[in-house]
Amino acid sequence: MPEPILSLRKLEARYGDFQALYGVEMALNEGEVLAIIGANGAGKTTLLRSVSGLMSNAAAQVVYHGQPIGALRADEVAALGIALVPEGRQLFPSLSVEENLLIGGRLNRKGPWSLDAVFELFPVLKERRAFASTALSGGQQQRVAIGRALMSNPDLILFDEISLGLAPVIIKSIYEALPGIVGDGMSAIIVEQDVSKALSVSDRVYCLMEGRVSLEGRSRDISREAISRAYFGVE
Amino acid sequence: MDWVNAVVQGTLLGGLYALFAAGLSLIFGVMRLVNIAHGDLIVLGAYLGLTVVMATGLHPLLALVFVVPTMAAIGYVLQRGILNKTLGDDILPPLLVTFGLSVILQNLFLEGYTADPQKMNAGALETASVSVGGLSLGVLPLLTFGIAIFVIASLQFIFYRTPLGRSFRAVSDNQEIAQLMGLNKRHIFGLAMALALAVTAIAGILLGIRTSFDPTAGGARLIYGFEAVIIGGLGNLWGTLVGGVILGVAQTVGAKIDPGWQLLAGHIAFLVVLAIRPNGLFPRVSG
Ligand SMILES: Nc1ncnc2c1ncn2[C@@H]1O[C@H](COP(=O)(O)OP(=O)(O)OP(=O)(O)O)[C@@H](O)[C@H]1O
Ligand SMILES: [Mg+2]
Repeated sequence: MPEPILSLRKLEARYGDFQALYGVEMALNEGEVLAIIGANGAGKTTLLRSVSGLMSNAAAQVVYHGQPIGALRADEVAALGIALVPEGRQLFPSLSVEENLLIGGRLNRKGPWSLDAVFELFPVLKERRAFASTALSGGQQQRVAIGRALMSNPDLILFDEISLGLAPVIIKSIYEALPGIVGDGMSAIIVEQDVSKALSVSDRVYCLMEGRVSLEGRSRDISREAISRAYFGVE
Repeated sequence: MDWVNAVVQGTLLGGLYALFAAGLSLIFGVMRLVNIAHGDLIVLGAYLGLTVVMATGLHPLLALVFVVPTMAAIGYVLQRGILNKTLGDDILPPLLVTFGLSVILQNLFLEGYTADPQKMNAGALETASVSVGGLSLGVLPLLTFGIAIFVIASLQFIFYRTPLGRSFRAVSDNQEIAQLMGLNKRHIFGLAMALALAVTAIAGILLGIRTSFDPTAGGARLIYGFEAVIIGGLGNLWGTLVGGVILGVAQTVGAKIDPGWQLLAGHIAFLVVLAIRPNGLFPRVSG
């Protein structure tokens, strides 16, 4: 069994007095796509924030390539090759589409992704490269957010609810692009409320409930009943 | 003709005010820091210039070669060593700390240079003038105005055309997401303060050539800077130049009506703009 690229070891996270994650254990193997599902407030975003360094944790609770990174700052984590596509897209409003992508690539990590490669994946962004990022539709903004994360050529990419607030046809086209993105040995964690979407693109799935892992399994084996039990805690 | 002259002289004076204001505007724009010590940092630039001139006998404008990098270095260290620690959700700590810094700087000036007014001697440059359409324009004010345009154009270029400027804007938009791009905001803030104090060094030396200064000279410069920034609209560099010009013209025209009205007229112009356009004349449209 090869060493996982990322392991969470008894990950705890809190906002002041409120504890959002309780002893979360998780492992992600190289090249694997993991889905995290769970109800609103289950702690999915908190988990991604902990991995990406936006929340600081005890160092040993997040281990990446065998190295404890839980206490690193977000910019240090980014330099190690972890990129986050944040919930709600969060583009830089003062930057044009092209500048949003370029700033994603400022770490200059080696890999297949470049401005041209992102434009090839999402041609609409090339047409609108000079637009203010605020002038795009939600779906286009989401593509910029994904492109911005890819520009750093990450080894591990984290997606937080990329379908949130988008029309079904747009969600479909973004999900169709995913295999081409995570195909080249990149590992990924996809947080998604749409369970069937999550299962269709992932190798394994974890369900969170109130800050704890309530279910873990291979996406193709897992039963609907098990998921709804893990999701809502109904027996 | 006297009135035209007052307006033209005021416009040129506005260039100096824009230089006072540019650093203030840049710092506020990038990190939402209101730097109460900004005026004293301008005066620090003047004293450093004076020191270089006395030690080397160089012309004050050539002293810029030493003072600009020194001030930039001071800015970086100040930001990383002290000011970064004051930034957060609460706006009070940076105000208090930069106020304290202002007091400390004024006392250091007093210790180092006494309370006597000082001035840098720029030789023939101070009195040289050219005659344009019947007006006699000082070469120094013209040069100051030209430098102000150059500085603002350069800052504009850095902000909108370079990777550094892109990083400044990204951090200004959203510090958290900017960190995800691998930007260390502490370092970026240090660079922004270094750039601001480099501009402040230029302002300080031009101030010290134009007029005499003493350890308490910073307060008024802070106010002129603030007024120019706010008249022009926060975060708009060309607006800041316009703000400086409006302030300068109001002062010279006010002084023309009655010499005692110079400063008052500037403040009144500021208040009038604030009453009519609370966000300044050219506010940055935020997304
Ligand atoms: N900044 C914050 N301060 C305090 N509590 C927070 C904060 N952010 C999140 N929480 C709480 O932490 C818990 C987990 O939130 P989190 O955002 O991780 O959930 P989520 O699974 O991503 O939910 P959603 O599906 O709505 O995005 C929730 O109870 C939430 O109320
Ligand atoms: Mg969430």
